Amino acid sequence: MKSLSLTELAIRYGFLLLMAGLIVVFSVLRPAFLSPQSGVFILQSVAITGILALGVTATLVVDGFDLSIGAVATSAMMLSAYVMVIWEMGAVPAVLLCLGMGALVGLVNGLLIVKMRVPDLLATLGMMFLLVGLQRIPTQGNSISTGMMLPGGQAAEGSFAPEFLMLGRHRIDFILPDLVPLSVVVLIVIALLTWAFLELTRHGRVMYAIGSNAQAAGLAGINVAGYRILAYVISGVMASIGGILLAARLGRGDVASGNNLLLDSVAAALIGFAVLGAAKPNAFGTAIGALFVGILLQGLTMLNAPYYTQDFIKGAVLVVALVFTFALSGRVGRARR
Amino acid sequence: MTSQAITIRGLTKAFGRNAVLRGVDLDLPAGQVTVLMGANGAGKSTLVKVLCGVHAADAGEIRLDGRAFAPAGPAAALRSGVVTVHQNINDGVVPDLDVASNLLLDSLAEGGGLFLNRRRMRAEAGKIAAAIGLELDMARPVAGLSLADRQLVAIARAMAHRPRLLILDEPTSSLSLTEAQRLFALIDRLRGEGVAILYISHRMSDIRRLADRIVSMRDGQVSGLFETVPLDYSGAVRAMLGHEITEVDIAIPVPGAVMLEARGLRLKPEARAFDLTLRRNEVVAITGLVGSGKSALAAALFGLEAPVAGEMRLDGRDYRPRRPAEAVAEGVFLAAKDRLINAVVPGFDIQQNLTLPFTPRHAGPLGLIRRAAERAAAERAIAAMGVVCQGPRDGILTLSGGNQQKVVVGRWMAEASRLLILDEPFQGVDIQARRDIGRRIRDSAAERATLVLCAEIDEALEVADRILVMSEHTLVGDHRNENIDLARLMTEVSGAADRTKEPA
Repeated sequence: MKSLSLTELAIRYGFLLLMAGLIVVFSVLRPAFLSPQSGVFILQSVAITGILALGVTATLVVDGFDLSIGAVATSAMMLSAYVMVIWEMGAVPAVLLCLGMGALVGLVNGLLIVKMRVPDLLATLGMMFLLVGLQRIPTQGNSISTGMMLPGGQAAEGSFAPEFLMLGRHRIDFILPDLVPLSVVVLIVIALLTWAFLELTRHGRVMYAIGSNAQAAGLAGINVAGYRILAYVISGVMASIGGILLAARLGRGDVASGNNLLLDSVAAALIGFAVLGAAKPNAFGTAIGALFVGILLQGLTMLNAPYYTQDFIKGAVLVVALVFTFALSGRVGRARR
Repeated sequence: MTSQAITIRGLTKAFGRNAVLRGVDLDLPAGQVTVLMGANGAGKSTLVKVLCGVHAADAGEIRLDGRAFAPAGPAAALRSGVVTVHQNINDGVVPDLDVASNLLLDSLAEGGGLFLNRRRMRAEAGKIAAAIGLELDMARPVAGLSLADRQLVAIARAMAHRPRLLILDEPTSSLSLTEAQRLFALIDRLRGEGVAILYISHRMSDIRRLADRIVSMRDGQVSGLFETVPLDYSGAVRAMLGHEITEVDIAIPVPGAVMLEARGLRLKPEARAFDLTLRRNEVVAITGLVGSGKSALAAALFGLEAPVAGEMRLDGRDYRPRRPAEAVAEGVFLAAKDRLINAVVPGFDIQQNLTLPFTPRHAGPLGLIRRAAERAAAERAIAAMGVVCQGPRDGILTLSGGNQQKVVVGRWMAEASRLLILDEPFQGVDIQARRDIGRRIRDSAAERATLVLCAEIDEALEVADRILVMSEHTLVGDHRNENIDLARLMTEVSGAADRTKEPA
C-alpha cells in the first residue's frame, strides 16, 4: 500500500472524521444524544430521503440526474391513499400500483432522455411538474383521508389498511422493545442492495463505465441506452418506495407533504461524493450523506436550535462537501496525472 | 515579387517531455495558398495553435509583416490579423443567433453601447458579407444554415478583421463537393486580395485545386517544401509519411481458412465498391491518408454504421451486425482509435478497463463479479501486454500514454476473437510500446483474422503480413509484406488522387 499524504488522508477520511467529531461533541453536550432512541430517531428521520437519494445515485452513476424523485414520491403517496381510501382496496394492490407507477415514470424519463434526446435535467424537471399537477387532479386538489367528501357528495368509506400503516409505524424489538421502525429496516435493506448492485455486480460496473465515458462503453459493446433507462427506472421505483413509507407514516394522502424530499435527497447523494474521497456517486457515500444530515439536525435540535435554521445548515453542509469533492480531490487528481 | 506575410524561424514547443515542434522554419507569402500536410502527431495542430495564440512557443521567432509576433492569446492574434477557421465549424459560429449577429460577434464582444440597433447591425453585417461575396439573409438564424454556409459566415466574420494570414484547418472535411467549390471560390478571391493562406488538408483533390506551394511536416519539423510548378504531390506525401524503415522482421506464415469475406462493399454512395478477404492466422494492415475511409470500414465491420452496399460473410455465415454488441457476440472486436475519447474509462482502474467488454465472463449468479477471476484475467493481460504498472488497481490515468494504449488494446486480446480490428493501435505511443503492442498482435494472431488500420506506412510494415492501401473510401492496392515496392505503395497512398478527375 502506498503511503498517503496528509491531503489525501484528509480527503479520504475527513468527512467520516467530521461526522465522528460531531457525534462526540453532541454526546458531551447532551448525553441523551447517545441513547438508542436518539439513534433510531435519526435513522427514521432520514429513512425516506435516504431511499430517494439512493435512487438518484443510480442516475448520477450513469451521468444523469433525476429531478422528478420528489414528485414521484408524493404521487405514490397520493396514489396509495386513493387506492385504499377511495377504491377501498387492500395494502398489497396499493403497494404494487405505487411501485408500478414509479417504474413507469422512470421508464418514461429514460425514454425521453435516451430516445427523444431531451437533456436529463429538463426531461425530469418536466416530469416533476407534470406529476405535481397530476397527483392533485383526481381529488380536485384536496388531501385524501377516510371520511373525506367525494365529488358525488358521499363520504369516502375506505381506510388505510393496517398492514400498510405498519410499514410506516410498526417498530421491531431490537435491544429495547419496540425500538426500530420498519421504515429504517427498509432503508438499511435498500442501502445494502443498492451498494451491492453498484459495487459488486457487472451491471453496476457497466453503469459506472457509462457515466465515466459513454462513448468508450458503447464501443465495448455495452447497451448504453438500456442501462441509462434502467437507472431511471431504479430511481423511479425507489422514489415510489419512499412515497409508500411517507403515506404509511402520515396515514393520509397529504397534498402539503414532501416538499423538501427532492432537495434533501439530492443533497445526500451529492454529499456522498465527498465520503472516502470517492469524488463520484456511490451508495455508501449517499447513505453516509443522509445520515450526516440527520445527525447534525438531531444534535442541533437537542441543543435547541430553531427549526427554521435547518435548511440553512443542510445547504452549508452541501456546499462544504462539494468543495471537499471538487476542489481538494480534483487538485490531487490533477497532480497525479 | 511576393512579400512574406509571415516568417517563422526555429519554432519549438514541448508539452512536458514530449517535443511537438522541433525547430520549424516556414515562410508564408502574401497572396498565396500554402498547403500544410502532415500525419497525426506531426505537429500541425500545435503549429496552428501557436500561430493563433492558443499556445505560446518555447523558443523561436515569428515575424508578421516584418514585426515580431507573439500573441498573448487568441484575441490578440486576431487583432494582429491572424485569423483561424477551425476544423469544427460550430466552434466558429453561434447557432442560435442570426447571421448579422454572428458576423458582428467580435464587435459585440468588445462592447460599445448597451442597446443593439438592429437596422444598423444588419447594414454593417451586410457590408461584411458583401466584401467576400456572401449572399445570405442577414436575419436568418445560423442554425438553419448548411454547414458550408456556416463556414462561410465564420470566414466572413474573420475577414472583417482585414487579416494578413488566414488559417483554414481541414475546412472541407464536412462539406459536400458543391459546398467545397463555393469555399474554393472564396479562397481564390482572398488570395487575389493578397492574404496569405495556410490551408491544412489531407484531401488530394482540394490540394490540387488550391495549392500554390506545399509544406510537409513530420515529427515536429518541416520535412519538405514544394513550390515549383508542377507541384510534386507524391513527393509531398512521401515527405509527410517518411520512409525510413527500421528493422522489419516479419516471417509471413501460411494463412488459414477464410474468416471474413466482403463482396461489393461500398462505404460511401460516391465511392467505388471493393472486395475484402481476411484469413485466419493472417495480419492485414490497411494504410491510407487520414479520411481515406479506414475508420469507415471499421465502423461497417463492427456494426457502428451499415455500409451503403455489399455483403459480408464471417466464418462462412452471413454477417450483418447492427450494433457493436452483435459484432462482439459474433467474435468481431474493435480496438478503436483516439483512446481518450473512444476507449479509456477515466474513472476506472487498470483492471476494470481491461475487463470492460467482458464483464459477463467474470460474473457469477445475479451478475456478481467474481473478484478473483477478474483480477487473474487482468494480471494475465497485464503480463501479456507488458503493461508497466504497480498493480491492476492503479488508476488508468496514472499510466503513460503507451501503457494506456496497451491496456485498451489488450482488453480486446484477453478473449478469443474471430476478427480483431485495431484502428491506429500505435497512436500516440513511444517506440518501445509500439514494438510491444506489435509483437503481441502478431504472437496472438494464429486463431483469428487480424486487421490493423494505420496511416503510418512504417507501422504497417512492422506489423502486417499483407498491406492494403485505401484511398477515397476504396481499396487501391494489395501488397505482400516481402520485398515490398515502397514507391508503388506510396504512389497508391497519394496517387489515387492523381488519377481522379478534378471536378469542374
